[in-house]
Amino acid sequence: MQNRRVRFFVGLPTFVWLLLFYAIPMVVMLLLAFRHADANGDIGATWSLQEIRNLCNPIYPKIFIRTIWLAVTATLLCVMFAIPISYQLARMRPRIRNVFLMLIVVPFWTNFLIRIYAWKVVLHPDGFLKSIFVAIGLCDPDAILLYNSGAVLTVMVYTYLPFAVLPIYSAAEKFDFSMLDAAKDLGAGSFYAFRRVFLPAIMSGVTVAIMVVFIPALGAYLIPDLVGGASSEMIGDKIAQSVTTKRNLPHASALSALLMFGVFAPLLIGMLIRKWRQRAQGETMVTNRDVMKGAF
Amino acid sequence: MIRNGSQRSVIPFCVLMVVLIFLYLPFVMVTMASFNASKYGGEWVGFSLKWYESLFENDAILDALKTTLFIAAMSTFFATILGTMAALALHWMKSRIRGIYSALVHTPLVVPDILHGVGLLLLFVTAKHLLSYCFGWEFELGMVTIIIAHVTFCVSYVTMVVVGRLETFDGHLIEAAHDLGAGALYTFFKVTMPMILPGIIAGALFSFTLSIDDFVITFFVKGAGDTTLPIYIQSAMRRGNPAEINALSVIFLAFTFIFVFVTQMLLTRKKETK
Repeated sequence: MQNRRVRFFVGLPTFVWLLLFYAIPMVVMLLLAFRHADANGDIGATWSLQEIRNLCNPIYPKIFIRTIWLAVTATLLCVMFAIPISYQLARMRPRIRNVFLMLIVVPFWTNFLIRIYAWKVVLHPDGFLKSIFVAIGLCDPDAILLYNSGAVLTVMVYTYLPFAVLPIYSAAEKFDFSMLDAAKDLGAGSFYAFRRVFLPAIMSGVTVAIMVVFIPALGAYLIPDLVGGASSEMIGDKIAQSVTTKRNLPHASALSALLMFGVFAPLLIGMLIRKWRQRAQGETMVTNRDVMKGAF
Repeated sequence: MIRNGSQRSVIPFCVLMVVLIFLYLPFVMVTMASFNASKYGGEWVGFSLKWYESLFENDAILDALKTTLFIAAMSTFFATILGTMAALALHWMKSRIRGIYSALVHTPLVVPDILHGVGLLLLFVTAKHLLSYCFGWEFELGMVTIIIAHVTFCVSYVTMVVVGRLETFDGHLIEAAHDLGAGALYTFFKVTMPMILPGIIAGALFSFTLSIDDFVITFFVKGAGDTTLPIYIQSAMRRGNPAEINALSVIFLAFTFIFVFVTQMLLTRKKETK
């Protein structure tokens, strides 16, 4: 089975499929950004820079900045929670650890829409959370918990947290905890040892976690659409709106192309950093695959 | 586990507990709301099963469920075949093409789904124009475009899982089979396949779940009349009866929990028998 011709024919169908339905659509998207929409909502017949210029529309800078801000904050929060969780999981006895790991992974298997919907119930104006907040004086009885950036951020952290835990945990699992004891024996404080010994060892996992949270967060559409409002729109909302309500496909392409650059730039940087680190330290790398293996 | 006299911080444990509450709070709230007789949630009016009853009388939901399962079954079938083939090809390849092939198979995993959706929509719209212009062929967005889209995003997940399985696989087994006189095909079906079968099954389960779960990509490539369950839930969330969606969510959650529990049981039992 290992001869060349067999290898070629085994690999060919998927290659053609992904070329057709993954690579070419991305190219089409880049090309259509240089068209304009005609009056019927169809794609115009000529090339133009109109839609690229439309990206400078005064409402956009605010939305772009908000998108980046929300994605960065969600990523930071996810990583901040995921590090102590992974530390704790890695130190647990295997039996208990598996139970807790499963508890963290199960929400990741549940339907995405239902997870978002559940938050609408939690943040509901007459809901349980609000009544508690009002009772302990955390918020005003007239305050609205839904349809703002806070709600979008909460739900983003909620949905992406398992993605952050899995890679960091698989790095922490390989960590030799006697190193922390060694650091302490040499006079380091607990937190100092954690910061100088444990953190550098799980850095590869943290890099993956940052990528797998930041990228989908940047392209988030459903979350801001369902729990956000006009004051928390993200670029994803604008793309969807220009496809559905505005029927302006070239405009959607221009916005998508921009989002694509937003995604691939950090990805390339992340890859370069990892390569550089790999060369510098030769440490064991955590790959995306480890993330998914964790899911099983 | 090495433990010495040094005091371990309780902070990580507390974070874990708080996060678990954070993760499960919404599920608890939805479950409670689904048994509440009040239509719009909020105050507790009384225990009631009426939302579950009205759910089972709702034909639109049953139709959406059928559509969803059909799409999931079709796309899982194709994605599993294509994904497994890609995994084998990646495993056997040594040359520089491997890098390109690997990029083509693995980058879809990190592209936000809205880009997949918009990209495919643009491709289908362009293809529609070109085909009707050049050949006079007409096609509309519909089940076929949805299945194509689902296969596309599921393939990479299958490949990833199967490649993971292939990497843990002892290459000497193949040499041993050859030394014992087995032909290439015989070795493949009697040695390689049984070894990677758990990976293929896991990949298939993964794509099935992803396909059932998908809203964003389906939303962009579906035709006017196609309603999958997530599409139905989304439109119901915007206008329908919220109490009915609570009940639907609880049923969905119960299925997911049972599914994960059973697969976990099977996997651990397998590990123990090994």
